[in-house]
Amino acid sequence: MKAFTYERAKSPAAAAAAVAGQPGAKFLAGGTNLLDLMKLQIETPTHLVDVQDLKLDRIEPTADGGLRVGAFVSNTALAADARVRRDYAVLTRAIVAGASGQLRNKATTAGNLLQRTRCPYFYDTNQPCNKRRPGSGCAALGGYSRQLAVIGTSDACIATYPGDMAVALRVLDAGVETIDAHGAARTILLAEFHHSPGDTPHLETALAPGELITAVTLPPPVGGHHVYRKVRDRASYAFALVSVAAIIQPDGSGRVAFGGVAPKPWRSDAADAALPEGATAVTARAFADARPTADNKFKIALATRTLAATIAQARPA
Amino acid sequence: MKFDTPAGINPIDRMKVVGVAHDRVDGKFKTTGMAPYAYERHDVAPGQLYGFILGSAIAKGHIAAIHTTHAESAPGVRAVVTYANAGKLGKGSKNTANLLAGPEIEHYHQAVAIVVADTFEAARSAAALIDVDYVRGTGHFDLAAAAPTAPLHSEDKDKSKPAVLDRVGDFEAAFAAAPVTLDATYTTPDEAHAMMEPFATVASWSGDKLTVWTSNQMIAWAHDDLAQTLGIAKENLRVNSPFIGGGFGGKLFLRADAVMAALGAKAAGRPVKVAMTRPMMFNNSTHRPATIQRIRLGATRGGKLTSISHISTSGNLPDGSPETATAQTKLLYAAPNRLIGTRLAVLDLPEGNAMRAPGEASGLMALEIAMDEMAEKLGMDPVEFRIVNDTQEDPEKPGRLFSQRQLIRCLRDGAARFDWSARNPRPGNTRDGDQLIGLGVATAFRNNLNVTSGARVRLGHDGVVTVETDMTDIGTGSYTIIAQTAAEMMGVPLDRVVVRLGDSSFPVSAGSGGQFGAGSSTSGVYAACVKLREAIAQNLGVNSADAVFEDGHVRSGNRRVALADAVRGGEIVAEDTMHWGDLDKEYQQSTFGAHFVEVAVDAFTGEIRVRRMLAVCAAGRVLNPKTARSQVIGAMTMGVGGALMEELAVDTRFGFFVNHDLAGYEVPVHADIPHQEVIFLDEADDKVSPMKAKGIGELGLCGVAAAVANAVYNATGVRVRDYPITLDKHLEKLPALIQALTIRNVCEKAK
Repeated sequence: MKAFTYERAKSPAAAAAAVAGQPGAKFLAGGTNLLDLMKLQIETPTHLVDVQDLKLDRIEPTADGGLRVGAFVSNTALAADARVRRDYAVLTRAIVAGASGQLRNKATTAGNLLQRTRCPYFYDTNQPCNKRRPGSGCAALGGYSRQLAVIGTSDACIATYPGDMAVALRVLDAGVETIDAHGAARTILLAEFHHSPGDTPHLETALAPGELITAVTLPPPVGGHHVYRKVRDRASYAFALVSVAAIIQPDGSGRVAFGGVAPKPWRSDAADAALPEGATAVTARAFADARPTADNKFKIALATRTLAATIAQARPA
Repeated sequence: MKFDTPAGINPIDRMKVVGVAHDRVDGKFKTTGMAPYAYERHDVAPGQLYGFILGSAIAKGHIAAIHTTHAESAPGVRAVVTYANAGKLGKGSKNTANLLAGPEIEHYHQAVAIVVADTFEAARSAAALIDVDYVRGTGHFDLAAAAPTAPLHSEDKDKSKPAVLDRVGDFEAAFAAAPVTLDATYTTPDEAHAMMEPFATVASWSGDKLTVWTSNQMIAWAHDDLAQTLGIAKENLRVNSPFIGGGFGGKLFLRADAVMAALGAKAAGRPVKVAMTRPMMFNNSTHRPATIQRIRLGATRGGKLTSISHISTSGNLPDGSPETATAQTKLLYAAPNRLIGTRLAVLDLPEGNAMRAPGEASGLMALEIAMDEMAEKLGMDPVEFRIVNDTQEDPEKPGRLFSQRQLIRCLRDGAARFDWSARNPRPGNTRDGDQLIGLGVATAFRNNLNVTSGARVRLGHDGVVTVETDMTDIGTGSYTIIAQTAAEMMGVPLDRVVVRLGDSSFPVSAGSGGQFGAGSSTSGVYAACVKLREAIAQNLGVNSADAVFEDGHVRSGNRRVALADAVRGGEIVAEDTMHWGDLDKEYQQSTFGAHFVEVAVDAFTGEIRVRRMLAVCAAGRVLNPKTARSQVIGAMTMGVGGALMEELAVDTRFGFFVNHDLAGYEVPVHADIPHQEVIFLDEADDKVSPMKAKGIGELGLCGVAAAVANAVYNATGVRVRDYPITLDKHLEKLPALIQALTIRNVCEKAK
């Protein structure tokens, strides 16, 4: 960990201004990922702007019948909210499938969206990694890649987005509300929030420098059967090999997003449209452009089978 | 005392305290935070500084230059030690690689420097400022690539003799003639001990005298090897390790934390504490080496084995030792024709060495799948197949009997208890909803070892019995069983015994390893207590042979004297060491068991979850059923890890274990472990020790992974021979259900 300075911001705009105004500054929310990465010198911020006093910790209805989830709402509080459990059950199920009770108590909605990859080469500062040290190369290519992405990758990076919550948010068509250093607010669709790595895998999201997430918005409920199915080597406290977030309507139509397979929650309109035809049709479209490694090609078959289980669960024969 | 004839009746046989399920005597200290672990020894030496170890960024090569100026001038830094300023260091007799690298680098994350600073954060931050110019050398990191040319390894101490395969009868002819044969190859991966407490040491010099408060399973080995490494006299070194947060063999040896703390403390002129960070634990330390095991079995149609061959290949650094995965195959099943051997490749991965049940744990992972496969070929029940091939004598030395061997009863009792008869012998045909259900069995086998072990026992004027020995408690229950032994011998309640462990100023014991700790260390305490009883009897003027020690009194004839009265003239101290005769040559001393496992495999996703586990163990007298059960259920848990998830992933290009943290190296969590049942057969083995007890802590692991593997096969009909059995290894071969989905192989298409 490198020495850093620390302040507690008084307002969202002030927080954004503080980070925008100082190169090397970062926001600190729950710290469940950032602090670990700082200890390993994977993240080396020079200044931390703590957002815990900003009162972004409420879940409130929106005018259009959806929900606005404050950026600082903990994973535990979000998963336990009665409205979320009733109308957005896929979100609750995704959150409780991740991490541990202790971590979910501390982790925040905004921070969780920004958690970084668990690629083991990203985590080892002796190894080249274009995400950690742009231009240094990618040790994961040709290395141990069982956990890594099969689609949406590039020759610069095959890291996986590790989270669960964002996969559910993707299937719910969530939006990310932000504020910048000038106090200007905007909403970024979750679909556009996480970037593909391309040649710049260190640029992971659509956020501009200093842009602060203030809330995540959920559109009005869409009904249907909500399923989150996470597949992993052990029963708990592990990142997904593959996860499936699905909302399936009584007529068989619906939406599906995959986790553990790509640099971001993976969803496509074409794949959604194929849901009534079954799992094979969906994944044939969703993974048509897959570029797996020998270590992780199983993820494609696993995605199909996991979706099949999901459909079976949502629509018992 | 020398144990060279079978034990007769002795005070332990009263079993008023020994054999009873007592809570751990140290439990209250641990649960209230009063048991200090090495890194918490704030009180032992004032002015402690913090050390941070920098590990090598390459696996093989050398350091061309190491620049420490920036680190040395960083805030709060008191010293930086590298090979350039450490002075001449020796190497411990138990270490293969040096604990401080330079200029040669022998493996990844080998320590190259320690930074000592006022705070941990300052030391860690400064360590990142050390600039090392490495020159990469050519290393060998791929066991599969090295295996075909790996030479045979000789267990003979005389290395001038050529290594040969261990032959009995004519294996090749018998195997060729056998009507039913199996020839299969199995692999086990590199595994990490992944104990909870990392390596940690506080080191403090006083002139030329050094004390280390550390976390180590074998005080005497650490004492010898640290003195040898630093080039100091043993009498100038004290090693103290009273509480240890797990070891599993990872703390058998002197490690870099102790050496670097000592060097850092010397350079800084103040005490230094060091804990190794978790990401360093996997490549800096030792691990259980991967194996490639070829097993050939030949049998009559009736299921009698006529031939057994087991050849295991593992790798290690130059001058390292092999994983002795064929050890059990020499002893476990009868077969007149045998061919057994071990090959050892040179690999430049971190040092391979003992991890819980070295040899047998890996060997049984393979052999007990082979037995399952062979039973199926023969159309026999796997329990019956094992029973048919049981032997009561050493198969390599006919006429040499086992001291006690109740494997058949373990298998039969276990089968009855587990409702084994309900198992469907046709694999892949038992369903519970979307779950494929399977049952598996495996034999547990591990040799019992006895190691010289000493203790000092004192009876204080208050009637309290104090035991001192350098034995360690690595979470196993040593404190408790040693207290029970002394209480039984001296006829006092458990709360009148104080046990002090883990200090090099105490008599040298067996230490904790090879499941020899419990039997050996309590035998040492037994020997010391016999001496103490003699001294007390002499003090009281009674014949020690007639004296009965019970209820805090000594009774002889009509005379009954309180123990406290025997020490009116001051405390009485006795010390003795248990030495071992040739009973282990006369009789093969081993422990036995049977593991039964039920698994469910998700028919969609292939995920494997264990549903039930049973172990039946025969290991002589059980000194404390509660701590023994804890040992076995912990071992069963470790076995599930070995079966289903644990694997150090090797990067064969750069030569290191990639998944070097607890997120990447998965061990079971609570949700993975179902109800575990443990049964101990009521035994007392008079040929092994006066305690009549054998090791249990490693037996509990042996065979577990194979029982899981066999259950998975019974569930799916897909045989996986490469551990760990993760879902990707059987996913696309699972039975029908999913094939109805007519999955197009999008992966192939994607190519």
